[in-house]
Amino acid sequence: MTDAPLTIHARQASSSRTLLRKALAQKSFVLGFGLLILFVLVALLAPVLAPHDPYLQNLTARTIPPFWYDKGNWLHPLGTDQLGRDYLSRLLYGARISLLIGSSVVVIAGLIGTTMGLLAGYFGGRIDMLMTFLVTTRLAMPVILVALAVVAIVGSSLWIVILVLGLLKWDRFAVVMRSATQQVRGLDYITAAQASGASTTRIILREVLPNIAPQLIVVATLEAASAILLEAALSFLGLGVQPPLPSWGLMVSEAKAYMFFSFWLIALPGSALALLIFAINLAGDGLRDVISPEKRG
Amino acid sequence: MLGFILKRLGLALLVALAVSAIAFFLLRLSGDVAVAIAGEGAQQADLELVRKTYGLDRPVIVQYLDWLLKTLSGDFGTSIYFKTSVASLVFDKMPVTLILGLSSLGFALLISIPLGVLAAIYSNTWIDRAALAIAVFGQAMPNFFFALILVMLFSITLRWLPVSGSQTWAHYVMPTIALGYYVAPAFMRLIRAGMIEVLQADYIRTARAKGLSPYAVVITHALRNAAVPVVALTAVQLGFLLGGSVVIETIFALDGLGYLAYQSITYKDFPVMQVVVLLLSVVYVLLTLAADIANAWLDPRIRVE
Repeated sequence: MTDAPLTIHARQASSSRTLLRKALAQKSFVLGFGLLILFVLVALLAPVLAPHDPYLQNLTARTIPPFWYDKGNWLHPLGTDQLGRDYLSRLLYGARISLLIGSSVVVIAGLIGTTMGLLAGYFGGRIDMLMTFLVTTRLAMPVILVALAVVAIVGSSLWIVILVLGLLKWDRFAVVMRSATQQVRGLDYITAAQASGASTTRIILREVLPNIAPQLIVVATLEAASAILLEAALSFLGLGVQPPLPSWGLMVSEAKAYMFFSFWLIALPGSALALLIFAINLAGDGLRDVISPEKRG
Repeated sequence: MLGFILKRLGLALLVALAVSAIAFFLLRLSGDVAVAIAGEGAQQADLELVRKTYGLDRPVIVQYLDWLLKTLSGDFGTSIYFKTSVASLVFDKMPVTLILGLSSLGFALLISIPLGVLAAIYSNTWIDRAALAIAVFGQAMPNFFFALILVMLFSITLRWLPVSGSQTWAHYVMPTIALGYYVAPAFMRLIRAGMIEVLQADYIRTARAKGLSPYAVVITHALRNAAVPVVALTAVQLGFLLGGSVVIETIFALDGLGYLAYQSITYKDFPVMQVVVLLLSVVYVLLTLAADIANAWLDPRIRVE
């Protein structure tokens, strides 16, 4: 009886590896995953890659266009913004903000949502009803509206945005983890663990959680993309990350007044944002197709 | 069926009540309302006056119940910034958001139904991949960035459409496209998946064997059945539309509830903020309730659960 969990973990480990191997057989997953790794590298290496200080203003070199324009130069490959700050450097540092938002929000929301989903799925009954009620209530309130309101009152900073989004975006974690737990709960090895006298906490953490981890990874991926988009929208509306931080959404917002003559000031951070979301979604969809091929589409 | 409706109605009421409490307490607990109203440098005496005028010196629970009862009776209070009754503000702006929501939904269905159906019929061909590319692009595009591209293209370069305002139908074109394209990918994926499943069903083979034209098979037999989950998604997507309308209406200065919400938030206009959050949430609750009942009516299996 005592070695039953061990064999399960061994099987689980190999299935996680199979998951990655199967995912890597898909071209779209490879593209998305590769791009995502590129973004992470850019974020980590921003200080090395950036040609200039992203915060250094130079009022004599304002709105220089990128190199492919006639007036562009190679000193500032992607030009400068309305305050003369090097745009390439700002874009590179911007990757840090987006990835920090995506990962931190997912950690906070994932902890809340997964706990709720595990409890509701494992115990069912009243706990399940309570969770359904909480999720329904949460879904009824538009995230962006509540986030805007709270940020406007509490004050806006990078960490407040992360905290507010993290406290709002647990709904999908809860829903997916609940149904995944329900599916696993009735399986033989859970009954075996119960019979061997394992505590409920141990069963949930050591038997249930590892087996629903693939679904958790998929939700986390797609929710990270959604959190990054929300931060960008909040910053775009002026109630997210504050200047002079190079948030891509904020950069689009700051360039709005110059869009007539310098549309690239909007196009560059906007495209960077779209490319990052594209990469994350592609990777997430690829993983989902491997886990549940029937949901493909 | 009646039992099912009553149960769902009870849940909807509870959710609406919870939302009203959150809308109220969230704004109260996240800062001193009196300071927000009077301004940062206000004197103690001014703060006392503000607290008295707005009834902020009473216990919070009393304030909540008072606000809830007044709101239920249709008295939404007075806007601090606009100085008019919140009810008239909200009802003036409601039609704009309603038009935008419906036209965006219409636009989303208009592109997602044909693309989803085509992608299912010609699955794993270039048509399927092209439809998928359109969906993937729409999901990756931040809606404010897409809106600004539309402005650049249609207002600045081509000079076809006005940049902002809500006076004529032309003012709604870009917001509709921006908001509709934002929710279209989810519909497209669901319709494609549903159609692929339905097209393999026995009754489709029967219909084909009867000699019905492929057009009749797809439209009258398959699409009707693939549409069932779309009803449920429509309600969820309308929630997205309401949230997205805050961003899109603000960009285009379209004078609806979303723009009002943004204005009330930037001006710290608490009475308006509370009512807009409550209203948008209650609309969403009602829509999901309607969708649940519609689904139960379409598919009797749901009622038993």
